[in-house]
Amino acid sequence: MSAPFSWIRPEPHGIHVVPADCWIDPSRAVDRALVTHGHADHARGGHGATIATPETLAIMKLRYNTDEGTQAVHYGETITLLGNVSATYIPAGHVLGSAQILLEHAGERVVVTGDYKRRTDPTCPPFEVTPCDIFITEATFGLPLFTHPPIEEEMAKLLARLAAHPDSCVLVGAYALGKAQRVIAELRRAGHHEPIYLHGAMEKMCRLYEEFGVDLGPLRLVSDHTKDDMRGHIVICPPSALNDRWSRRLPDPITAMASGWMRVRQRARQRNVELPLIISDHADWNELTRTIEEVNPAESWITHGREEALLRWCQLHQRRARALALVGYEDEDD
Amino acid sequence: MEQFAALLDALVYTSSRNAKLALIADYLHQTPDPDRGWALAALTDGLDFKAVKASTIRNLMKERVDPVLWSLSRDFVGDTAETASLLWPNPIGETLPPPSVSETVDMLQAMNRTSVITELPRLLDRLDVSGRYALIKLATGAMRIGISARLGKVAFAQGFGVSVDDVEEYWHGIAPPYTELFDWAAHGKAPPDTENMPLFRPFMLAHPLEDGTVDLADYVAEWKWDGIRVQLVHAGGETRLYSRSGDDITATFPEMAEALTIPAVLDGELLVQGQHQGGETGGAASFNALQQRLGRKTVSKKMLSEFPAFVRLYDALGLEGEDLRKLPWEQRRQRLEAFLPRLPATRFDLSQIVEARDFAHLAQIREGTRADAIEGLMLKRRDSPYVAGRKTGLWYKWKRDPLLIDCVLMYAQRGSGKRSSFYSDYTFGCWDGDPDKGAELLPVGKAYSGFTDTELKWLDKYVRQHTINRFGPVRETDKSLTFEVAFDSVHLSKRHKSGLAMRFPRIHRIRKDKPVHEADRIDTLRAMVRD
Ligand SMILES: [Zn+2]
Ligand SMILES: [Zn+2]
Repeated sequence: MSAPFSWIRPEPHGIHVVPADCWIDPSRAVDRALVTHGHADHARGGHGATIATPETLAIMKLRYNTDEGTQAVHYGETITLLGNVSATYIPAGHVLGSAQILLEHAGERVVVTGDYKRRTDPTCPPFEVTPCDIFITEATFGLPLFTHPPIEEEMAKLLARLAAHPDSCVLVGAYALGKAQRVIAELRRAGHHEPIYLHGAMEKMCRLYEEFGVDLGPLRLVSDHTKDDMRGHIVICPPSALNDRWSRRLPDPITAMASGWMRVRQRARQRNVELPLIISDHADWNELTRTIEEVNPAESWITHGREEALLRWCQLHQRRARALALVGYEDEDD
Repeated sequence: MEQFAALLDALVYTSSRNAKLALIADYLHQTPDPDRGWALAALTDGLDFKAVKASTIRNLMKERVDPVLWSLSRDFVGDTAETASLLWPNPIGETLPPPSVSETVDMLQAMNRTSVITELPRLLDRLDVSGRYALIKLATGAMRIGISARLGKVAFAQGFGVSVDDVEEYWHGIAPPYTELFDWAAHGKAPPDTENMPLFRPFMLAHPLEDGTVDLADYVAEWKWDGIRVQLVHAGGETRLYSRSGDDITATFPEMAEALTIPAVLDGELLVQGQHQGGETGGAASFNALQQRLGRKTVSKKMLSEFPAFVRLYDALGLEGEDLRKLPWEQRRQRLEAFLPRLPATRFDLSQIVEARDFAHLAQIREGTRADAIEGLMLKRRDSPYVAGRKTGLWYKWKRDPLLIDCVLMYAQRGSGKRSSFYSDYTFGCWDGDPDKGAELLPVGKAYSGFTDTELKWLDKYVRQHTINRFGPVRETDKSLTFEVAFDSVHLSKRHKSGLAMRFPRIHRIRKDKPVHEADRIDTLRAMVRD
């Protein structure tokens, strides 16, 4: 018998499941990859085989043309890998198709969260707490100052600003995968049924969400419309287009940004944001710490984000933890 | 407090000046007295609560948040007030409703160093994140949200349709919450009575003369002296000395307060008596001597005798109760010259007119001023009235070209506010000998201006990639980059290891092309000293 948990190894380029000869969210091309979700820092093209949920595979096909060597795993489904390792895909509540991966080997259980959140999201099933020995958690918003307000409050802010400026539009910067669709779905839930205008880079991903049964209501493309059409409406674009020439075609846009970083004033100012919307697809500080308590693992491994603070919290609460130095994880999606 | 907090948030997220003015004006219209007056005082840095300091906030947080988590958070946010507002634990159980601005001010004024420890938390408990941010900013007295005192006054003037010059003038005669000011501007009552108060009048300022010339038939030239611009006012039996920003510095120069006993408003340059400045017509010591006197709240007899002050007069805004500001400069000058003999000669003289045949001749004279430690020339339109601020075409300053020296980047520190994520404060040094023979770099100054935003980004990246050591917010670099540094003058200083202190150094050019061993030596800089 080998040493406990020697079969799972954090390496700089991903988490290596040794007996199965596969990697979780590797940041370079490998023979066999288990992918938690479609964001660019987790899903990359060029692997020999890619194992992910059908939604994630569809996203990867759209973004990276990943087509060959794919194997779809549904939520709740367990597959057997080489070397007596089994993998179960469990909802992570982060974006469409996002999964935690439960790995089992020799009676030992390891959960890799990928990215996750605990708030409800009309575009994907909620995070499920899964007991395990080692909990490998993200820490994107791992500082106690990050507490995301209820999304209803942020939607109310957005709609109030829109109503106060009927001759302008509100331009919301939101990541093309996940955030944009969640904002649209939440606007619908808040009773906003007007057409929403999209930057061209958003269209395909929204269509994909619709194909998977997420109702986004009436969507229009900015390029098909005049300034006057868009007055009093919401326009959604990728964050990079917020301060771009592109936005000149819009009627007096009020610049908003939907991101967890908007909690901090200077972050909003750096992007010249006039209406910061604190909306995140990641767990906030309280959710990160509560999840560790609920999962109650023997040990937590902390991946990308602000590992130091979460490590400190574990220390203060007598929980075993270590920070993993993974490379290549940038926050594409916050 | 909620409306004030909402105003602060809105101001933070607004970049256009006009939009900021409109936000402040709206707030002033919608908010009752005395809340709006207190808020205006807070925005224009007119509030000071002795019991609350930045350290008070840090200490309160230390009792509530783990110190490691606090410092990681503070480091990420870059602003103590904001970090504290975010990390303040939500109170358990029922709390009182949020206080009004004036209630807050009353409570803050009543606090002392001991009671603040229990009282300030009670106030913080009554507020949400934005409210806490506003409270801490208000209580610690440093808003730093990009609103200048001037902007606050302009907003007031625009909001109530009154003249900003009038606002500036009355401003200094009344204290927060400025009830008389609102009575006058918002309710049409008589303006505050300022006749018998030794009030500050906003200075008339000059535009730089970039290139181009002026006709000396229309303009007169005066030296621009290297001291500090002051206004000396006597009214109602009291004398006050004001700095350029309108700060009352009477206590720092008591000899000047004693020297004026006739009602007058005088504009001049405060200098220390000596042999140095201005050559033949001079009689002033260098700026370095004046530096010994600045910033002191009390002055010793020794200081008074070693560094005696005097004012070199430029202008008279008023004499014996008569307002002269609408008169042309030439007439004011005549009145000033006639008035001068009534002032003690040890404390006052007149800034001499620089006679020149024509502009080219004047340029020649200006070139020759370097050795005289004069900042340059002033050009004043002979018919100009005395008006507040900078009005195009009336006064110009024509400074000497700056001095230049090549230095090596040694340390960089993160900036504050909008620059908090950039390494934007640079310490640079010169060689203490021949770098090829083992000479070392000695720091000679610090600069945080003179570069563009693009250069700042480049410098920030450069610093990150060339770090060899970290000390808190400071990074030591591998000393591989040469700067051309511009500065106004350099002086001997015991406070600096190099023995030299530069005035107003700024990054003139980044010399990527210049190897660091070709940067200048300390000796070169020392030779530029004119003390
Ligand atoms: Zn993600
Ligand atoms: Zn991620």
